Amino acid sequence: MTKCSKDALRCDNSCGGDNCVKQRTKCALLIKSAASTAGIGAVPASRTVSCWMRPEVWTGPASPPSPSSSLICRYQDPEPADLSMEEESDTRKINNSFLRDHNYATEADIISTVEFNSSGELLATGDKGGRVVVFQREQESKSQPQRRGEYNVYSTFQSHEPEFDYLKSLEIEEKINKIKWLPQQNAAYFLLSTNDKTVKLWKISERDKRPEGYNLKDEDGRIKDPSTITSLRVPVLQPMDLMVEATARRVFSNAHTYHINSISVNSDLQTFISTDDLRVNLWNLEITDRSFNIVDIKPANMEELTEVITSAEFHPQQCHTFAYSSSKGSIRLCDMRQAALCDKHCKYFEEPEDPSTRSFFSEIISSISDVKFSHNGRYLMTRDYLTVKVWDLQMENKPLETYQVHDYLRGKLCSLYENDCIFDKFECVWNGSDSVIMTGSYNNFFRMFDRNTKRDVTLEASRENSKPRAILKPRKVCVGGKRRKDEISVDSLDFSKKILHTTWHPHENIIAVAATNNLYIFQDKVN
Amino acid sequence: MAGADGDDSLYPIAVLIDELRNEDVQLRLNSIKKLSTIALALGVERTRTELLPFLTDTIYDEDEVLLALAEQLGNFTMLVGGPEYVHCLLPPLESLATVEETVVRDKAVESLRKISQEHSPVDLEVHFEPLVKRLASGDWFTSRTSACGLFSVCYPRVSSTVKAEIRQHFRTLCSDDTPMVRRAAASKLGEFAKVLELDYVKSDIISLFTALASDEQDSVRLLAVEACVSIATLLPQEDLETLVMPTLRQAAEDKSWRVRYMVADKFSELQKAVGPEITKNDLVPAFQNLLKDCEAEVRAAAANKVKEFCENLPEDNREQIIMTHILPCVKELVSDTNQHVKSALASVIMGLSTILGKDNTIEHLLPLFLAQLKDECPEVRLNIISNLDCVNEVIGIRQLSQSLLPAIVELAEDAKWRVRLAIIEYMPLLAGQLGVEFFDEKLNTLCMAWLIDHVYAIREAATCNLMKLVEKFGAEWAQNTIVPKVLGMANDPNYLHRMTTLFCINVIVHCCGYPYREITTKQMLPVVLKMSNDQVANVRFNVAKSLQKIGPVLDSNALQTEVKPVLEKLASDTDMDVKYFAQEAISVLALA
Repeated sequence: MTKCSKDALRCDNSCGGDNCVKQRTKCALLIKSAASTAGIGAVPASRTVSCWMRPEVWTGPASPPSPSSSLICRYQDPEPADLSMEEESDTRKINNSFLRDHNYATEADIISTVEFNSSGELLATGDKGGRVVVFQREQESKSQPQRRGEYNVYSTFQSHEPEFDYLKSLEIEEKINKIKWLPQQNAAYFLLSTNDKTVKLWKISERDKRPEGYNLKDEDGRIKDPSTITSLRVPVLQPMDLMVEATARRVFSNAHTYHINSISVNSDLQTFISTDDLRVNLWNLEITDRSFNIVDIKPANMEELTEVITSAEFHPQQCHTFAYSSSKGSIRLCDMRQAALCDKHCKYFEEPEDPSTRSFFSEIISSISDVKFSHNGRYLMTRDYLTVKVWDLQMENKPLETYQVHDYLRGKLCSLYENDCIFDKFECVWNGSDSVIMTGSYNNFFRMFDRNTKRDVTLEASRENSKPRAILKPRKVCVGGKRRKDEISVDSLDFSKKILHTTWHPHENIIAVAATNNLYIFQDKVN
Repeated sequence: MAGADGDDSLYPIAVLIDELRNEDVQLRLNSIKKLSTIALALGVERTRTELLPFLTDTIYDEDEVLLALAEQLGNFTMLVGGPEYVHCLLPPLESLATVEETVVRDKAVESLRKISQEHSPVDLEVHFEPLVKRLASGDWFTSRTSACGLFSVCYPRVSSTVKAEIRQHFRTLCSDDTPMVRRAAASKLGEFAKVLELDYVKSDIISLFTALASDEQDSVRLLAVEACVSIATLLPQEDLETLVMPTLRQAAEDKSWRVRYMVADKFSELQKAVGPEITKNDLVPAFQNLLKDCEAEVRAAAANKVKEFCENLPEDNREQIIMTHILPCVKELVSDTNQHVKSALASVIMGLSTILGKDNTIEHLLPLFLAQLKDECPEVRLNIISNLDCVNEVIGIRQLSQSLLPAIVELAEDAKWRVRLAIIEYMPLLAGQLGVEFFDEKLNTLCMAWLIDHVYAIREAATCNLMKLVEKFGAEWAQNTIVPKVLGMANDPNYLHRMTTLFCINVIVHCCGYPYREITTKQMLPVVLKMSNDQVANVRFNVAKSLQKIGPVLDSNALQTEVKPVLEKLASDTDMDVKYFAQEAISVLALA
C-alpha cells in the first residue's frame, strides 16, 4: 500500500463526526455482545478457584483425534522452576502477581484470547488485565519422554494499559481482544495484540550474552580513579542466563472510532487489517501514522444502522482476498484487486432463513461471532450462537456443513437473553488438516466435530474432572426427561463457565482451551 | 598509539567505550557516532581483534543505535588497516543485515555495497561473495532480502564461474517462498540486469522478469513494472517488442488496480524507455485505457501524467495524437465523479496549453479551465489558479479573468480556513499575472478583509501576503493603498485587529526600508506611539516589539525625542511582559 497516493484513499486517521451520542447508543445496543462479556466480571471470585497457568495435557490415541476416542488428561502443578527464567527479566512484578493470585481469580486474570504461532512452538494468551503471556513448548528430551511437549511460561509482559479518551470521555479498557502471530522473519518472534482501540506490534527476543569489563569501574562496580587508567579495555561478551525480552516495536493507534473486534495479518507479510464494528482498516506493518479505510458500512444516518461487522480475516494464501462477517449472519468476501475501496463485495454468503423457526431471538442468534478460513483456503467456517457452519468459497447460497454446538439451549433462549449470555462471542478453530473443527460452549464444555466421520464429542475443561495425564471423558447433556448416570441435565449447566477462546496447534493434535482464568492444554496420548 | 600518550588523553576514550553500553540510549548513540575516535585510539590491530567482535554481537540495541552503527561501519576501511583488511568489517555488517528493522537492514546493505568496492578482486571472491551466498541461503527471510541488494555490486568483479553461481542464487531468490524476498528480488531486478552481459539479460533476466510479472501476489507484480523500465532501456529496440511488450501490455490490463496504478505512475519513464514507435502504437491506447480505468486511484495517477506524456510524444504528430486520442479522455475527466481525479488533472491540465498553442487552447482547453474554475471541490479550483502562469504565456490572462474573479472571491470566503489560507498564498502570483490595476479594482478589498479574519493563521498569512505585494508593487503603491487602511485599523474596538495593525506595520517597514523613511516617520510612527497607551497589555508589548523593528529606520532625533520616552514609559509598565519587551527594545536600539 506504500505506493498508493495517500489522499486518494480515505485516510481514517481523522475519524470525526461520530460523536453524536444518541446515534452511538443504537450502535452500542447492536453490539451488546461486546459489552456483555463484561458480565463475567459479576462472577464471585470464590467460584473460580484456580491458578493462572496450569498446563494440563490432554492425551488421546496417537491417531488423529477422532473426537469420540478416549482422551487422557494430565495435570501438573506449576513448578517454581518454570518461573526462574522470568525472575531475571523486567517483568518480575507481573510474575509475582501471578503467584499471589494463586488461589483466587480476579477480573483481570480472565483470558480473553489464545493463539498458537505458525510453528506451534509458542502459544500466547491475552487477558482482561492487558497482559500477554507467551508459553514455549519444551524441547523433547529422551530421559523424560512423558514430559514431551509441555508448554512453559516463556515471556510475560503488559501489552496494554487502561486509558482515557479525553475528547470523547470514554474509558478504554486494557483487555486484549486478539493476538495474531507474524510469520517468523528472524531469530525473534513478533506478535500483534489489540485492545478496543490500539494495535501493538511486539517483539519477543532472547539474549544470552552480556558485555563485561568497564574502563572506569572495577569488577565490583566501584569507580576507578581516572589517573590509574593506563590502557583501554574493550568490553567482551560473556554468556549469561537466557533472558527473554518483549519490546513494543510499533503502535498503530487513532484509526478506530468503534471497538476493534479482530485483526488479521496478510499473506504478503506487509500489511494487516484491523476491524471494528463498522469499518475495516488496512495498515502497512512498518507505517504507524497512516491507515487506509477499505470497508465502511456506517450509514449516513445512524438511525438506519441495521448490521455491524463482527469479525474479519485475510485469506491464508491469496493476499488480495479477505472475508468479514456481520451481525445479520452473512459473510462477505472482498477482492482488493478490484478497487481501492472494498465497500462492494465480490461474494456474499448467506443461508436463507427458515420461516418456521423464526422468533424474537432469530436475529440475535444468527449473528456471526467468528469467521475463519481453512488452512487450505477453500472453506470458511463461521460460528453463530447455536451452530458452526462450514462454507465452500464456491457456494454462496448455503453452508456445506452445519454442526449443532448446543442445540439443547434452543428452549432456554429467553433466560439466556435475560442474563446476557445470548450475546457471548464464541470463537471456532480448524485443526491443522482442516478435518476437525472445535468450538466452545457453556459449563466449561467444548465441542469437536470430525468432518469426515461426522462424529462429534463434548469435552470438559475443568480441574475437578480431568486428572493429570488422564483420558478426557466425553460428556453428555441430557435433553429428555430421563437422565442417565453420567449425563448432566440442561438445567444444571453453569452458564458463567464459558469457553469462548480456543486454538489448535498448526500441525499436531495439541489444543489450548481458555476457561475463564484457566488455560488447559490437551494433546494426544504419549505411548 | 594507545597507552603511549598517558592518562589524560585516554580518559575521554575510556568514557566513550564505557558509554557504548550505557543505559541511556542517547549516550550509547553518541558513543556509536564517535566510533571512529574509539577505533583510532585503539589502533587498527585492536579494532580488528577486539572492537569489531564486540560490535558483531551488539545487535540487541535500539534501532537508532543500530542504524548509526551500520552507517559508521561503511566508512571504517582505513580504521581497520585499509583495503587489505576491509573484510574484517563483514561480520558485524552481516549480523546487522539480518535484523527485522528495514531501515537498519537497508543501511547495512548500503554500507556493504560501499565497502565491496574497497575489496580487491581476490578478497571479493574469498570473503565478500561467500557472505552474499550465506545471506542468500539464510534461514530467515530478512537475510535473504538483504542478499538481493548485494548481487549487482560483486557481479562485475568476479570470475565467470562465480558469476554463474551468483546468477543461480538470484534466480532462486526470485522464486522464494516468501513474498518479502520475491519483492526484494523484483525491486533489484533492474539494477542487477544493468550489470549483466546482454546475452544473460535476454536469457536469464527476461524469464525472471516474466515470472515476477505474473506472480500470484500483486504486491510482487507491481514491482516488476519498475524493473520493466530499466530492462527496456538495456535492450535494443528490435528486441523490445518480443521480450518486454507482452509483459507490459499484460501489466497495463492487470486484474489488480495496484499494478495498473504502478503502470500509470511510471508511465513517463516507460514511455522514454520504449521509444517513440512503441509509444505511438502501444502506449497511447494503454494510456487512454488508464485514463478511463474503473478505479479512481488509477485514473488519478494517469491524470497526473497527462502533461508529461503529451510533452514526450514524438513531435511530428504530437498535436494530432493529443487532439484525437488524449483530449477526449481529458474532457471526460473534467467531470469525473472522484474529486481526487479532478484535482490531479487540474494540477497539470494548464500545462497542455503550451503544447497545443494559442488557437487550440482557446477552442478546446479554455472551456475545460472555465468548467474546473467552477468545480464544487475547492482543491480543483485552487490547482487551476495556482498554475495560471502557464496559460498566461499562451493566451494572456484576460481570457480567463471574467471567470477567475468569481472563483477567487468564492475561495476567499470559503468556510474552511485552510482553503482561504491556500488562496492567500496564491495572491502574490495572481497579482503579478493580473497587474496592479485589476488588483486594486477587484482584489484589494479581499486582501484587506483577510486582515480581520477570525482565524489567526489567516490574519498572519494576510500580513505576510501584504509584504509580498509591497515587494511586487513598490513602496509608493503601499503608501497610497495599503497604509491608510492599515492605520485605520489602529482604532478598531477589537484588540486583535489593533495588533494586526502593528504586525502589518512591521512588514511594511521591513519592505519599504530606509529610502522611504518619510512614510515611517510621518505616518506610521505616530500611530504606533499612540497605541502605547492601549489598555490591552498584548497590544502594548507589541508596540515595544514594533518600535524595536522601526527603530533602525528612524533618524536619531526621532529616536531620542519620540521613541525613547515611550519605551521608558513601557519599561515601567505594570505588566511583566510589556516591561520585558520594552527593555529588550531599549537595549537593542541602544537607548539606555
